[in-house]
Amino acid sequence: MNIVIVAVGGQGALFASRVLGAVALGKGFDVKVSEVHGMSQRGGSVITHVRYGSAIASPIVEEGYGDMVIAMEMLEGLRAVPFLKKGGTMILNEQVIHPMPVITGKMAYPDDIAGKVAAQGITVHRMDALKMACDAGNSKVVNTVLLGAAAACVSGIDRAIWDDTVKTLAPRKYLDVNLQAFDKGYTMVKGNTK
Amino acid sequence: MKQLMLGNEAIARGAWEAGVTVSTAYPGTPSTEITEYISHYNEINAEWSVNEKVAFEVAMGASIAGARTIVSMKHVGLNNAMDPFMSISYPGVNGGLVVVVADDPGQHSSQNEQDTRWLGIAAKVPVLEPADSAECLFFVKEAFTLSERFDTPVVVRLTTRVAHSQSIVITGEREVVALKPFDQPHGKYIVAPAYARKRRVVAEERMAKLAAYAESTVLNKVEDGDSSLGIIASGVGYQYAKEVFPDASFFKIGIANPLPRETITTFVKKCKRVIVVEEVESIYEMIIKSWGLSVEGANLLPRVGELSSRIIRERITGTAPALLQAMSENQIPVRPPVMCPGCHHRGPFYVLKKLKLKVSGDIGCYTLAASPPLESMHTSICMGASIGMAFGFEKARGKEYAAQSVAVIGDSTFWHSGLTGLIDIVYNKGYTTVIVLDNSITAMTGHQDNPSTGKVLDGSSVIALDPKKIAEAIGIKRIREVDAYDIVALEKVIKEEVAAPEPSFIVTKRPCILIKGLELPDETYVVDTEKCIGCRKCLAMGCPAISFVDGKARINQLQCTGCGVCVNVCPVGAIVKSQGGAV
Ligand SMILES: Cc1ncc(C[n+]2csc(CCOP(=O)(O)OP(=O)(O)O)c2C)c(N)n1
Repeated sequence: MNIVIVAVGGQGALFASRVLGAVALGKGFDVKVSEVHGMSQRGGSVITHVRYGSAIASPIVEEGYGDMVIAMEMLEGLRAVPFLKKGGTMILNEQVIHPMPVITGKMAYPDDIAGKVAAQGITVHRMDALKMACDAGNSKVVNTVLLGAAAACVSGIDRAIWDDTVKTLAPRKYLDVNLQAFDKGYTMVKGNTK
Repeated sequence: MKQLMLGNEAIARGAWEAGVTVSTAYPGTPSTEITEYISHYNEINAEWSVNEKVAFEVAMGASIAGARTIVSMKHVGLNNAMDPFMSISYPGVNGGLVVVVADDPGQHSSQNEQDTRWLGIAAKVPVLEPADSAECLFFVKEAFTLSERFDTPVVVRLTTRVAHSQSIVITGEREVVALKPFDQPHGKYIVAPAYARKRRVVAEERMAKLAAYAESTVLNKVEDGDSSLGIIASGVGYQYAKEVFPDASFFKIGIANPLPRETITTFVKKCKRVIVVEEVESIYEMIIKSWGLSVEGANLLPRVGELSSRIIRERITGTAPALLQAMSENQIPVRPPVMCPGCHHRGPFYVLKKLKLKVSGDIGCYTLAASPPLESMHTSICMGASIGMAFGFEKARGKEYAAQSVAVIGDSTFWHSGLTGLIDIVYNKGYTTVIVLDNSITAMTGHQDNPSTGKVLDGSSVIALDPKKIAEAIGIKRIREVDAYDIVALEKVIKEEVAAPEPSFIVTKRPCILIKGLELPDETYVVDTEKCIGCRKCLAMGCPAISFVDGKARINQLQCTGCGVCVNVCPVGAIVKSQGGAV
């Protein structure tokens, strides 16, 4: 399984990738997770990779071989399309964060991103994860909402394993908020796919 | 226990298991987390050093005094530590000395793509190259054994993708290693020529012994597969190639210096076609070809930027799947890193731009001021260079030029390598103005403490050095401190100081907005759309919280920190306090 998580630095892509990695490890898979630390964390585009299977060599998902992209921001989702194979899945947060060329008026923020992505034959699960996170109790748990949505698309892993892993990895203080956020993403996608 | 670990965490774990008791480092991506993880082990006396040279010197001292010691840095950090690194090679060590250097192919967070394998070869010391976290742990332990067995510092070279990827490791127990006696024959650690000439010979003999060791070590691995294609690779390049050619024969290099000539020769002769897969530099290829063997490499693979399985697939097999694309790449706005909302650095650079000063900059979060829209840093070359370079401007263009230019440097960078430049200005009668951007942390690399933060690596308190007192001791008379959020005061002070016919020293203060537990102002700011004339002046500050919607500026209330720097930029007073969140 090849998963790419794209986000704007500071959105919490690391947490999502660590939960995915831990779940796969628990299932007995070989796992590699590639993270981003350093410069781009300051509001730039960040990409983390999660790969699991019987034996994993490269820690990086090769373009054209991705099964799923979790996009924490629309423009980053658009940018990540080349990672996906034909018929891949994208979990797309409807949140819009303007990058500097848009702020300064040099470029326009592309419109109808979800439509453009879907036109490539990609299964798109779009959601307002920021609103769902706020409903769960904290605007910061956007990442966990999207993780829940992604979990709903992954076959062969019981819901309980996901919940247990979120419980172990989420900060104690925000445990309930994270569990609720996870549930919101999970049920949204399960509802869509029924 | 089987667990997922970051390469850097596995290095820390390996050091701990190897019985290390001393660890030194200066932060630098992608090496920083090694020391952060090491700091969790009570048995290791670990420090953030002031710079890499000092880190290396403390480590040398600890090793010679008998302790197993690890010193970590990013690739360009080794340049800073080059003098001790080259000089300790002949004398050798006592307690094992392992130098972990993290290279950054692709320049994710660095000014260049220099390859530490070259420097290991130049210093005549072994270089090990792990390819995943399990190897990080194992290779570090092996490095300590080698260091003591061959009486040499040992380099463990990482690259970003190894340092920052998690993979499975099986952890072990800590070996308790006693301090070695500190009673070597007189002269071993003296590099005066009479002694050093003797050690020079020893260093050559050591390389010969290491070459013999390299022929049989488990660090190198031959994987017999289809002999029509043989791949010679190391580090993450091995992983990429394995992904593309799972059935090929592999010679996986674990020790990059010295290479095992015999075993590589046997491997090359066994395979029909051999390709060397290495990132950036053709070091293996060059050495292997010098043995008269025929291999490929640079004729196929790029020498700029990092490799990927796609590049290897495209270049070697000539076929790679067509990629989906929802919009052509050049129409998708890029998203470079930016200064955070509430960043200490925005105000000073806004003012420097307004005053049209030539800014000799440095390296840190503030280097983001070189990008649009601020574009108010004109040079940034290597850590600490800002000060000497600004003085160079003055030397080249005359004393008057000191009124048109400044040096700008962060607090951590000032301690790292700004002091000597500052002394040079005073000593050589310069007029140059130096601005220290004191955000009370080493921000760029993820918030490490430094000599002016009042804390050390283990979190305990220490006296906080004051850059102003240092400047005073050096002999600078014009010393000012300004609130970094107060752009009115900043403009006044900077104008006065650059005009003064003597050196000036300005410290701007405000803690980095990302410091945990920082108290933020209660109120955010909003744009009064009645008053806003849509002039876009506030957008020129590059604050990600401000955007332009329907012809007016708008401040995102989730992002605004209430720093208020934009208030004085608006010509019509349209930016006002939110009064409890009215948007
Ligand atoms: C020789 C060397 N060592 C380390 C680094 C990595 N590095 C870049 S900037 C920086 C420190 C920045 O801290 P500071 O000067 O306080 O500025 P801030 O990021 O807080 O604005 C470090 C450690 C480097 N580029 N070069």
